[in-house]
Amino acid sequence: MTAQLPPGLHMEKVDERIMTLNVGPQHPGSGHMRLIVKIDGDFIVSCDPDPGYVHRGEEKMAEYRNYITNIPHLERPVIHDSCNVLYPYCLGVEELLGVEVPERAKYLRVIASELNRCVYTQYWLAIYGIFLGHSTMFMWPAGDRELFIDMLEKMTGARVTHAYFVPGGIRNDVPANFEDMLLRRVDYFEKRIKEYAAIFYDNPILISRTTDAGVLSREDAIRLGTTGSTLRASGVDFDLRKKEKYDAYGELDVHSNVLKAGDSYARSKIPWLDMLESCNIIREAVRKMPKSGSVRVKLKPNPKGGDDEVYKRVESGRGSLGCYIVSRSKPEPYRVKMSVGSFRNLICLPYLLKGEKLGNMPAVYWSLNYWPVEADR
Amino acid sequence: MSAPPQEAKPVPVEQPKDLPKFEKSIADKLEAKFGKKAAIEFVKPTRIRIKVGKDDVLEAAKFIRDELHFDHAESVSGVDYPDQKEIEVVYHLGSYTDPELADQVLTLATRAPREESPNPGNDSTRLPSLRDIFYSVEFHERECFEMLGVYFEGHPDNRRLLLPEDWADLPPLRKDFKIKGR
Repeated sequence: MTAQLPPGLHMEKVDERIMTLNVGPQHPGSGHMRLIVKIDGDFIVSCDPDPGYVHRGEEKMAEYRNYITNIPHLERPVIHDSCNVLYPYCLGVEELLGVEVPERAKYLRVIASELNRCVYTQYWLAIYGIFLGHSTMFMWPAGDRELFIDMLEKMTGARVTHAYFVPGGIRNDVPANFEDMLLRRVDYFEKRIKEYAAIFYDNPILISRTTDAGVLSREDAIRLGTTGSTLRASGVDFDLRKKEKYDAYGELDVHSNVLKAGDSYARSKIPWLDMLESCNIIREAVRKMPKSGSVRVKLKPNPKGGDDEVYKRVESGRGSLGCYIVSRSKPEPYRVKMSVGSFRNLICLPYLLKGEKLGNMPAVYWSLNYWPVEADR
Repeated sequence: MSAPPQEAKPVPVEQPKDLPKFEKSIADKLEAKFGKKAAIEFVKPTRIRIKVGKDDVLEAAKFIRDELHFDHAESVSGVDYPDQKEIEVVYHLGSYTDPELADQVLTLATRAPREESPNPGNDSTRLPSLRDIFYSVEFHERECFEMLGVYFEGHPDNRRLLLPEDWADLPPLRKDFKIKGR
């Protein structure tokens, strides 16, 4: 019977004991995706993630637009981390066109992408908090996030979808007295997020809910090719800001946070530690940044790449984000592929949830730092 | 208005003096092992690209994992070349375990024949799956199957991932699938 079905479709056996639950796609606990969970009593037997409800064909659209008009739509997968999403694409186009970015722009890019990382992480932390039933943890990050959104608005002119990075630099320079304002806000922000420890990370209820939930061992984290906070929570020290040293990261002292436990608690703590590290990076970048100079190299109109291909990657809020661009001497890229952290981390979800209690599902799922729209692209 | 004369394709491994040393040593190991079966297409700083035929891809992947210590796949991309009647599948491989390889990305490319009227899963557009060698390609290969119609033999789970279950059009990332109004 199953032999006659086309590939991709299959008949499912119905069991008397095992119940199938569809979590999503509208359920707020799953984001815009469906988890097909099979449970035996309270325990998860298997989990089959079914993403694709917010698939927008970014890669196909990129083949029809030229290198510059691709900028605004390629940042759409994660609008609150839009600088980091666009970063590898800009680095790739710069290599294809042979453009060298001015020194000041490199530092401003680092500042923008670190601010964006904090904005993204705060948003994620708010959601993580509310799904664990901690409503203060929803309110605080959602409020403190505004500090950096205001800074990004001063830099870029837009609150969320900045389209700030362009091949050749950044769109515009920052306003006068920006640096003083930024440093003041970074200090206040750091003070605020340190307070999260008392209410959230040292909270015995959170600790008891998330410790030992969904443990990913070091070997499995490597074998499954996970990335970002999921990988670093399992004891692998891999941060592209340190390893690949793109743009100004080579001149900055980046400390990558690693924890060994590999459980949901460790996975939820790494992004918070990263935010504290981002504050240090921003301060150092402001100190070392050239105080004046050009921020953008003018490109020719409708620039063409040669017959070449590039693969560039950066560390985004959700891990390594790669962009593969194939160029065939046309103003439009021949193929753009975004290899995103969310999609790469999705593979360990069935693995982590197996044998877990159904009530632990939100704690494990959101600890992966998964963003459905990014995974679907 | 004189167009600069440019070669259509980069000739593989032409200027030995410019090549970065460490990357060259990896490329040499690959060349020594596979000889003519594998073409080293470029060696750039931190990036190497090799292309193998579809029959050798399993062997090459095994060698890359066991001898060169690349341990995971970062991305699997399909690129459609209708003019050459082929679909290229590109694996970007990286390493977490070997600190020397942390910034290296090895690109392993292979090609499958392309059919004008595709029937995904039942036509000749097939490649061996690398899932048993690099476990991390599992979802990437599923995406490649639905988006380009490349069937991966030996993949345990060739279902749709992102597209709707009832998608009955061409695989959307093929070049003959056109966006309306463009």
